[in-house]
Amino acid sequence: MIDKRAISWRFIKVWNRNLVTFQRIWKVNFITPLLEPLLFIAAFGLGFVGIVGDIRYGGAEFSYTAFIAPALIATAVMNNAFFETTFASFVRMFYQKTFDGMLATPLSIEEIIIAEIVWSATKAAVAAGIMLGVLGAFGYVQFPYGLLVIPLAFLGGIAFGAVGLFFTGIIPTIEMFNLPIFLFVTPMFLFSGTFFPVSNLPVWAKPFALAFPLYHLVELARLLCLGRHETVPLLSVIYLLVFSALFTFLALVFMRRRLIK
Amino acid sequence: MPHIIEVQHLFKRFNDLTAVDGISFTVASGEFFGLLGPNGAGKTTTIRMLYGFSPPTRGIIRVLEMDISRDWRKIKAKIGVCQQDNTLDPDLTVEQNLLVFAGYFSIPMRQARTRANELLEFFALSNRRRAKVMDLSGGMIRRLILARSLINRPELLILDEPTTGLDPQSRHQVWDRLEKLKASGLSVVLTTHYMEEATRLCDRLVIVDHGKILVEGSPADLILRHAGRNVIEIGGPDQALRDYLKANQVVHDDLGQRVILFSPGGNELSDAVRDNFCHEQCTFRNGTLEDVFLRLTGRELRE
Repeated sequence: MIDKRAISWRFIKVWNRNLVTFQRIWKVNFITPLLEPLLFIAAFGLGFVGIVGDIRYGGAEFSYTAFIAPALIATAVMNNAFFETTFASFVRMFYQKTFDGMLATPLSIEEIIIAEIVWSATKAAVAAGIMLGVLGAFGYVQFPYGLLVIPLAFLGGIAFGAVGLFFTGIIPTIEMFNLPIFLFVTPMFLFSGTFFPVSNLPVWAKPFALAFPLYHLVELARLLCLGRHETVPLLSVIYLLVFSALFTFLALVFMRRRLIK
Repeated sequence: MPHIIEVQHLFKRFNDLTAVDGISFTVASGEFFGLLGPNGAGKTTTIRMLYGFSPPTRGIIRVLEMDISRDWRKIKAKIGVCQQDNTLDPDLTVEQNLLVFAGYFSIPMRQARTRANELLEFFALSNRRRAKVMDLSGGMIRRLILARSLINRPELLILDEPTTGLDPQSRHQVWDRLEKLKASGLSVVLTTHYMEEATRLCDRLVIVDHGKILVEGSPADLILRHAGRNVIEIGGPDQALRDYLKANQVVHDDLGQRVILFSPGGNELSDAVRDNFCHEQCTFRNGTLEDVFLRLTGRELRE
């Protein structure tokens, strides 16, 4: 189904193209991950703390802001990667015909797809790195283990970038992305142990949270930032790896079907 | 002479539609080859199969003596493609477009810079190297797409409607550059809707319709064969003219308001027409590729 000869390190050239355009507007690209955590910390730290009090997670007590800080990084990873391979990739593919141009060179469609996914993960890792600095300055990150959030963000970025590109491969028009955002991204954002521990959920709802890739990313981010966890970390890593592999494969199949006629 | 392109019994089907219906042709090294036809005739589909974008349903395509289905990467490294759509990167500058594209061919940066400079010079874009693509005029965009398709010093250049939508000045500028490239020995495959363009540039061409090749030959040869050296267009034809044409068995197209006489042969006919039938307007002119094209593919709209 997938031609192995069509996959080589040349994908780096396409990745480089995205890096060049990223650098052109790097100031804009850096502002969001710099300010977003500040906004959340301010809102929740000032507004919520009095009501919520401390949170019991993984057998220890945390301030509410310390509890959500790692989840903010994880959701930023999801958003950066997912929006890059949905809206941004769709614009490149459909409106700018960037992929058509690339396909007139020695690049293969498979390399372009892999580059888009790896690029979205890179962007997610950059955002995570910046947020780590901001949240670390507030004391919400335990160093040096916290630094491992950057490679974790890359892995999470691959997972969400791949599923995003899979949607790009099947979606008829750009407006239709609202559907996977409403049905997939938003529920995940709310119910992945981001704003409250999954252990607080009723028994019947827990399996849903466990099925979400964001839940596993949040869990791993908390482990690295706070040193505590609720699930088995190795299983979360395996989950993200399998999820990434599955959706990279599906993105390859459906994007090829969409572009090669 | 080795064939730079060899196409044998090529078919392309999209569900029920047969876009390319068993065409065969060859292009010699150094030749400027035209692929003409109305909209939907299968030109772009054929071109896309030639550069490995689209896999054929059936048939053999050899480019630079390699099989496209197996050696696509080697072939694509040695050809340049100027697509019909603007596929330039709007996020990048003029120069970055060339350099990033050079990267796709794994051309080392220093070499890429030298070539980009040469090409910007050749296509009169040097003073716009830092401009954004979105700020360029239509003519400049076309020239940049052409420049980009030459960044890998291709042995074969594929041009899909390179002058569509350009003003006459820009079109002539593109033709001038293409003629220079042709003189340098580059092999070119061109599709176009401009018969003047094909007549001027092509050594040889085929006219395709409904996915099949109708005729093949040099522009001059095709004009002689299918339109004749001289053509007379008569406006407001009357019944007397029609009777005369029928009686003398003159090859003609009757368009109602206008009759076109092909291959009128000697002076006898033109004199007779001039003396007896030019009531409103008569045009005595040379046969053109446009006559050939319309005679072979018909005058009905295709969209």
